[in-house]
Amino acid sequence: MSDEKNSPPPLRTGPTLRELALFGFVSLALLVSLAIAPAKNYFSDWRHYQNSYLKLAADRQPGTLARNFHVGLRQTWIPKLGVVDRCESCHVNQNGALVGASGQPFRKHPVIPHELDQFGCVLCHRGQGAATSVEEAHYTTEAWEQPLLPARYLDSSCGQCHLGTLTGTPRLNEGRRLLSAMGCVHCHVVNQPDGNVLKPDDDPPPLIHIAEKTSREWVYAWIKNPQAYAGSATMPNFQLSDQDAADISAFLIAQSTPSPAVKNVALNNAPTQGAPADATAAATLYGSSFCASCHAVQNAAGNLVGGDFGPELTRIGSKVNADWLRRWIKDPAQYEASTRMPHYRFDDKQVAMLTGFLLAKKDDDLLANVHLTPADAESIARGKKLVTEDGCAACHQINGVTPPQNFAPDLSKVGSRALSQIVFLPGMKHNLPDYITAKVHDPRSFGPGLKMPKFNLTDEQVVALTTALLAQTDRSSGLPHELVLAAERKSDYQPGGDAGKLMQDLRCLSCHSINGNGGSMAPDLTREGSSVQRPWLESFMANPNTLRPALIRRMPKFNLTPAEIKTLSDYILNAYQAPGFDSDTLDPHALNVDAAARGKQLFYSKYGCQSCHIADYKTDKGYVGPALASVGNRLTPVWMYKWLKDPNALRPGTLMPNLSLKDDEARDLTAFLVTLKAKQTGGAK
Amino acid sequence: MNIRIALVAFALLLTGCAHRTTSTQLTPKAYGAEIKEVSGGKQAAQVGSALPQPVIVQVNGADGNGLAGALVRFKGEGVNFDPAEALTDSSGQVTTTVQVGFAAGDYQVIAETPKQDGGMITIAPALREIALGYESTLGKAVNDTYCIRCHDNESTPERVSNFDNLSPAPHQFAEGATYNTFKDSDLINITSHGGLAVGKSPQMPAFGGTLKPAEIKAVVAYIRAISDPPYPTPGVKYGK
Repeated sequence: MSDEKNSPPPLRTGPTLRELALFGFVSLALLVSLAIAPAKNYFSDWRHYQNSYLKLAADRQPGTLARNFHVGLRQTWIPKLGVVDRCESCHVNQNGALVGASGQPFRKHPVIPHELDQFGCVLCHRGQGAATSVEEAHYTTEAWEQPLLPARYLDSSCGQCHLGTLTGTPRLNEGRRLLSAMGCVHCHVVNQPDGNVLKPDDDPPPLIHIAEKTSREWVYAWIKNPQAYAGSATMPNFQLSDQDAADISAFLIAQSTPSPAVKNVALNNAPTQGAPADATAAATLYGSSFCASCHAVQNAAGNLVGGDFGPELTRIGSKVNADWLRRWIKDPAQYEASTRMPHYRFDDKQVAMLTGFLLAKKDDDLLANVHLTPADAESIARGKKLVTEDGCAACHQINGVTPPQNFAPDLSKVGSRALSQIVFLPGMKHNLPDYITAKVHDPRSFGPGLKMPKFNLTDEQVVALTTALLAQTDRSSGLPHELVLAAERKSDYQPGGDAGKLMQDLRCLSCHSINGNGGSMAPDLTREGSSVQRPWLESFMANPNTLRPALIRRMPKFNLTPAEIKTLSDYILNAYQAPGFDSDTLDPHALNVDAAARGKQLFYSKYGCQSCHIADYKTDKGYVGPALASVGNRLTPVWMYKWLKDPNALRPGTLMPNLSLKDDEARDLTAFLVTLKAKQTGGAK
Repeated sequence: MNIRIALVAFALLLTGCAHRTTSTQLTPKAYGAEIKEVSGGKQAAQVGSALPQPVIVQVNGADGNGLAGALVRFKGEGVNFDPAEALTDSSGQVTTTVQVGFAAGDYQVIAETPKQDGGMITIAPALREIALGYESTLGKAVNDTYCIRCHDNESTPERVSNFDNLSPAPHQFAEGATYNTFKDSDLINITSHGGLAVGKSPQMPAFGGTLKPAEIKAVVAYIRAISDPPYPTPGVKYGK
């Protein structure tokens, strides 16, 4: 009994139902939880797409394609670029093995100049390479904030390695050009990964002598709305109030000091009004001086005619003071030492004619409603404060105001800016391209207190600027050096001596490039000394006839003295010699009558040169290259020969194709060309 | 996960639809009898970009004259319109900016206007717009520097066309009837070695010593892209 009493309670024969249920549930839960990972894998996006690809492949191209396809996660891993891309797990047909698949994700990757497996996908397309779901790879999620780059900005990705211009990326090139040409980089710093700092190229005028040039009323109207004066003006609209504009104009006029031009007797002794200007003769002088190569004027149809290198002159008569204009045309550098405008040697009569011609270009409506109360000290002080705050001195030289440093955000890495640091406007899509586009298009929409003014940009220009800015990424600055292709940089070459001073005075480098420095409007002169014959060079500088009948931009007539022409010719013919142009290159005896006859045959029949050039004005009509009717007087035979052999080596970027001529063909053609010595009957035809 | 994709796709679809439906608040004030293109067809732009010129269509009334107040709706797979629908102006026209899609190739733009008694009048044929991918953009850049001087009969203030100075006249690049009869390799040959080398006019110079092979290939890709009628894509074709 006691045994029975002391013994433990009898063992249960089995678990209760409740316990069984609990155990069953826990095991099931364990099983399910263990199944999550495989299920996730099984139901993954990429497996789904790979299966549909297999089905498509089996259906359309039965055979090896489907047989050799192995289902599985795929990845491109390029450690030195920091690329881990799994995009090809879904985009399995990038090589186009399955022909004709037009829908994503199976479209063939279009032709690009790089191998896909050497650069991966996200380097160009952005997005999350490591993600394995459609959503995370393409769109912004909570964990990732790098969505795919819209196609229109794709050029920007090329710009991460290619820091200069690239033929296949017109939008990126244009954007980079605009960063300089619109003067963005006056305020914003844009450093490229190789250390190159983008420099402005818009040439804003210094304002230190502004009162000589124009009136306070014009300054007021201009800063209120620059495009009302000149539609092509790059100066942005600061959306100033009437009061602010009145104060700023008061200060700008007040800070002005007299320029050296005012004190220069030679510039001031001419009569203000010369002979009554003959309007036709003045227009002819304006035309023959090729002012339109740089300056545009709006015609009756509202179209701008002329270049954009200098300011538009449509309403110049409503802007400038007659005395200032006269002094300016006589010698611009006396007013502004750094101007790009050449010093034409006009006589007083010509200056009076041009002055009268330009002053007649007026728009009386422009200043009709501008009535300013006279400036007082308070207004001037307020103007100075505004000029300082608005950063006017970042672009313009102004007395008493130092150029601001770090005035606007550094944009060197703007293409990688974190979305969390960006304040979006209500209703805006949360991505970087849209934000940059909105900022460039209308900066003040982000708040009335913001300083960035509104630039006068077309939609396409805004897209181009956004493209250039999106290229400024963190990734770009961390790329291996061997991948970075630097932009060509301008040299600081300046011609020396007396000729150098003369060339500086004529601003030759505004249009011509020499030894890597200068403009691109006119031919490069680096090898000019080997190219041309002295008599031609001298007569051309005395009276520049255009060589290209179809060209609008032309060499102006500077009215040089014979002594000046000699100085320049001596210098050009000696200093701008190219190596390898000695007499050994070409045997002069080879240029005989027989060779010339063969050359003529080659010119007209084999190479069809007359389709682009004119050798004989009676028969030929080619309009692409320069007329060659008197080329025998212009070019040296050795230059012709070497040019024919490889034009691009002598003048990079020339339109003339390299025809891969044999030595004797080039020699025979040269023999023919040296016989072309037609009298120049006004080459401009 | 599948469900999530479906949900995302559904949401996208919804937003897509919502985008289209939200603007359907215009009520036509007049109903036209026909709709036709005024301008803007057969343009080319880089992928994902707006065409250089807007597309303009006109709705005519039964009298054959432009009809004001008719509703015009633009449609096109992968194409964005701004605006996607509008009422015709006093001359019966609607102007819209067209942005081509992400992938290089042709896009069809359809404009339609409702009929008085229900149903739609659709523009026929649909407008063809062209999106240029990387290769054809490169080809266009090369064209704009070299080829255009002779192969385009339009002059600009910066560049006088040499087209009319040549005999036989060059073929313009959009001339599909001519170019589509050449294989890629023929065109590459002519460009590289000049006209004479393939029995054509010597006026076409050889560019093989000037352009890189990739650039010549790109020019051919550009010719194919803008060809009218379109160049038939090689290989087997499948329906979608």
